[in-house]
Amino acid sequence: MSKFRLRGKGRVDASQPVVFTFDGKPYTGVKGDTVASALLSHGVHLMGRSFKYHRPRGAIAAGSEEPNALIGTRRGPGRFEPNTRATVQEIWNGLDASSQNKFPSLKFDVGAVNDAAYMLFSAGFYYKTFMWPRSFWDKVYEPFIRAAAGLGVSPTEEDPDTYASRNLHCDLLIVGAGPTGIAAAREAAGKGLSVVLVDENPEMGGTLLSEPQAHINGKAAWDWLADELAALKEAGVKLMTRTTAIGYYHQNLIGMVEKLTDHLAELPADTPRERMWRVRAKQVLLAQGALEKPLVFHGNDRPGVMLAGSAQTYLNRYGVKVGDSPMVITSHDSAWYAAFDLHDAGARVQAIVDTRASVRENLQAEARNRGIPVKLNHTVTATGGRLRVNNVRINPMDGSRVGHGQWIKCDCLLMSGGWTPSLHLFSHTKGKLTWDDDMTTFLPDQTPEDCVIAGASRGLWGLEAALEDGSAKAREVLAALGTEAEISEYTVANDRPGTGVTMRELPTDRSAGKAKAFVDYQNDVTAKDLRLAVREGMRSIEHVKRYTTNGMATDQGKMSNINGLNIAADALGKRQPEVGLTTFRPPYTPTTFGAFAGYHRGDHFEVTRKTQIDSWAEARGAVFEPVGQWRRARYFPQAGEDMDAAVTRECAATRKSVGIFDASTLGKIEVVGPDAAEFVNRMYTNPFLKLAPGKCRYGLLLGDDGFIRDDGVIARVGEDRFHVTTTTGGAARVLTMMEDYLQTEWPDLNVWLTSTTEQYSTIALNGPNAAKLLQPFVKDFALTEENFPHMSCVDVEVAGYPARLWRVSFTGEIGFEINVAAPHGRDLWEKLWEAGQPYDITPYGTETMHVLRAEKGYIIVGQDTDGTVTPHDAGMSWAVGKKKADFVGMRGLARPDLTDPNRKQLVGLISEDKSKLEEGAQIVFDPKQPIPMTMRGHVTSSYDQGTTGQPIALALVEGGHAKMGETVYIPMEDRTIAAKITGTVFLDPENTRLKI
Amino acid sequence: MLLIHCPYCDETLPELEFTYAGEAHIDRPENPSEQSDAEWESFLFLRENVKGPHFERWRHFHGCGRYFNAVRNTITDKFYITYKAGEARPDLSALLEDEK
Repeated sequence: MSKFRLRGKGRVDASQPVVFTFDGKPYTGVKGDTVASALLSHGVHLMGRSFKYHRPRGAIAAGSEEPNALIGTRRGPGRFEPNTRATVQEIWNGLDASSQNKFPSLKFDVGAVNDAAYMLFSAGFYYKTFMWPRSFWDKVYEPFIRAAAGLGVSPTEEDPDTYASRNLHCDLLIVGAGPTGIAAAREAAGKGLSVVLVDENPEMGGTLLSEPQAHINGKAAWDWLADELAALKEAGVKLMTRTTAIGYYHQNLIGMVEKLTDHLAELPADTPRERMWRVRAKQVLLAQGALEKPLVFHGNDRPGVMLAGSAQTYLNRYGVKVGDSPMVITSHDSAWYAAFDLHDAGARVQAIVDTRASVRENLQAEARNRGIPVKLNHTVTATGGRLRVNNVRINPMDGSRVGHGQWIKCDCLLMSGGWTPSLHLFSHTKGKLTWDDDMTTFLPDQTPEDCVIAGASRGLWGLEAALEDGSAKAREVLAALGTEAEISEYTVANDRPGTGVTMRELPTDRSAGKAKAFVDYQNDVTAKDLRLAVREGMRSIEHVKRYTTNGMATDQGKMSNINGLNIAADALGKRQPEVGLTTFRPPYTPTTFGAFAGYHRGDHFEVTRKTQIDSWAEARGAVFEPVGQWRRARYFPQAGEDMDAAVTRECAATRKSVGIFDASTLGKIEVVGPDAAEFVNRMYTNPFLKLAPGKCRYGLLLGDDGFIRDDGVIARVGEDRFHVTTTTGGAARVLTMMEDYLQTEWPDLNVWLTSTTEQYSTIALNGPNAAKLLQPFVKDFALTEENFPHMSCVDVEVAGYPARLWRVSFTGEIGFEINVAAPHGRDLWEKLWEAGQPYDITPYGTETMHVLRAEKGYIIVGQDTDGTVTPHDAGMSWAVGKKKADFVGMRGLARPDLTDPNRKQLVGLISEDKSKLEEGAQIVFDPKQPIPMTMRGHVTSSYDQGTTGQPIALALVEGGHAKMGETVYIPMEDRTIAAKITGTVFLDPENTRLKI
Repeated sequence: MLLIHCPYCDETLPELEFTYAGEAHIDRPENPSEQSDAEWESFLFLRENVKGPHFERWRHFHGCGRYFNAVRNTITDKFYITYKAGEARPDLSALLEDEK
């Protein structure tokens, strides 16, 4: 039995020892312990160092609000988690826990020099200290800030755990299984409603777990608790422990994270580490209770100083005495009971110091009966001890005067500044809060959600009040659900109702300017910092918060918000509601990225779309690139080839004989109906009404603003039927745009739109030998110039498969695109591959496709255009129908800015030194002008693997169309490149190569 | 996550099934070519950007695919009503009255 463990006390199982290590040293706790309770049972209070000053710190709380005792936990490779609160991490055999913010060791830390230099680190010190000289930024300030930043250490390995997510629908969700939540669940149980009761702790009961002395309706508290939970389970209430409601979202959607394995020594197979629940509840009852506030005085952060209510929890729930000679400083009745419980457990309570001049007589009598010295109307002005508190300086108060101090020895100091209702989830609902002057706290008011809040979280105190309110509020909720309930009566013996007053910094006889009286422990924000922020001009609590970082730590101000507000309001001379409360935002407690990501990681992060031919490309060693959600073969390297070599070879082979290309990813939309031609004609710039069936036409799609959105070849495959192709990445966008116009602007048109992208495999054959290779596969149809000219389409059989065969070209060579039902794609590809061997058929990827099209000046939407390019800018006025009454974008093209002759226009560029230009490089007209230069355009496409014998580029240049033959300049880091403006067609301008 | 009622499916479904499609009741002019530059600018770019009840379009993208209209409060995100495309703009004051 460890020194501070009390036999027969608490809810832990002393017969089951658990061994874990903390900073490498083994400790033995018992089943049911947290890291904090186990360390405290050995008298270890020092658990970490603070973030800014590296001051030694111990656990101040016993729950998820803990700001100080942050640890790293490790369970083998990849399973390391920083910033875990020692007060909630359950121990298991083999747990490897370590403290943070220390070097070289927790007991001796060199960073604590910050503490001595604390005057430098006052509020806003980042803004003040790192201002000048400017030259210090790169070499001095930034490295310093980066080294000091970051709480804990990030894991470096991939997380091997899995995370799950589930949906849950219920009639009533109750958050918090303390007395209020349990009483509420009891009312709702057994009425045919689906009821869920959720609690973040490993066991339910909340405050009841720390108050075994109470008797509820004649039963001992823990017996009552066990009976109630059994009855709830029996009645079908879903009881969820280790599950935190982290956020309250619109229309009663509550996010909850269930921790399934962090408390286990052996990881069960097929169990996720955490599970995110998305709960849609008809009604929600919030019963999150209240959080105890620290008192603010010099040295209130020394290990051994902790919240009185938490000391009571360690004693009654974990059977751990936090010290042998505790002292209490309080402004609320509740801490007196902590002193009584510790005395009754054998501790020698040194004194109960209360800031109030008068305290309930029965409390004073109980203290007298136990022989505990009581000091009313006293303040605490200092604590002593290096790594653990060993004495406390208290002073009498007389009005605003603070008398002489007196040091009292102790080994821990229990404090209570009263209790703050937990309004986090209520605030997430955009619920309104009202300020209560008597209680000096915010209380819940109206909420737009179907939600009620009950018990201590709306300012009630004591078990009986909590039980009765849980029951009463549940009846309100049940009425909203159309169910009635009997009124339940609760009588609690040994209840501990109480009141208190709220303090700002405790009065002191010493210089307040030198006091290290902490408000936000984790971020090392003192009362002095808050007052300084106000002196320096901060007026709203939101500004004070950001200037001082008060409430911005991982505990999100659970302890510091109200103390910070009271001090800031005092400094401003305003009432607290005029200064405001910072907004609570989800998540309630720190939540793992894994829980949010759930199944969406690795291969499941995003869909990878693959064509039927993808597996062939993979087997050939293709290098892939993502295009939208598709994965496309980028190039097919042969042994020893890099990308440039492979692309150069693929380009040459295609121009010389024949290349084969998987074009299946192109978007395809089937436009069908009596008004199909009218619809396509209105959507695209080109005229389509007179396009005959069996013909293809290039189509340019604009927005109504006149800018290019997409392009593609459109085939009229029947009188009432068009096969429209889009860019690979644009398919969904184009279909959405078409649907929008069809449904909402032209609902009178009789047209149906269907996405057929994945219904076809599309194989492109390009090159002088393409027709020769393909002809033997085509049944009863001659691939001659006369019978099947460029931009034709026909339904034929290809290799026995029904096919839509197109004569089109994106390379400037004789080209075919064969569309067959998707599953036949791989077989057709292999047949063409086989038959193409005598022609040295070469598979090529997207990179070669880009080079070959650029040599012909064909644009790629999204590469050569950027959403601000018109057809005229792109040199494609030929694609805009001159006689059309209207099309999408026609009026837009007439906007004054779009007809300016000096717009950026697409041109070709040939560098004078024959070097390859950098895509994205900026273009200037005068390279000798002073910096910053006036930028006149940029390079959009640039290649040197092509077949024209020189590197080529496309660029958008101001007034470029009127500048043919002129020289422009591309300033680079090491030199300036001169380039000549040319047309965009670099190869075969007469299109002779297109002819069969 | 919001729950949205699709007036075509007549079902209330999670926001994930829907996409937002901008302000409602902005008709593309019958004859765009007759529009002045100012009128066309207004059609293309000028929007109400209201704080409060907002007439807007949604599409049941992962469902029936239909565009419909809605009145949503841009502060609270509450939907007062959804209705089919082409139907008249509902009376806002009556909707807000129902709210009380």
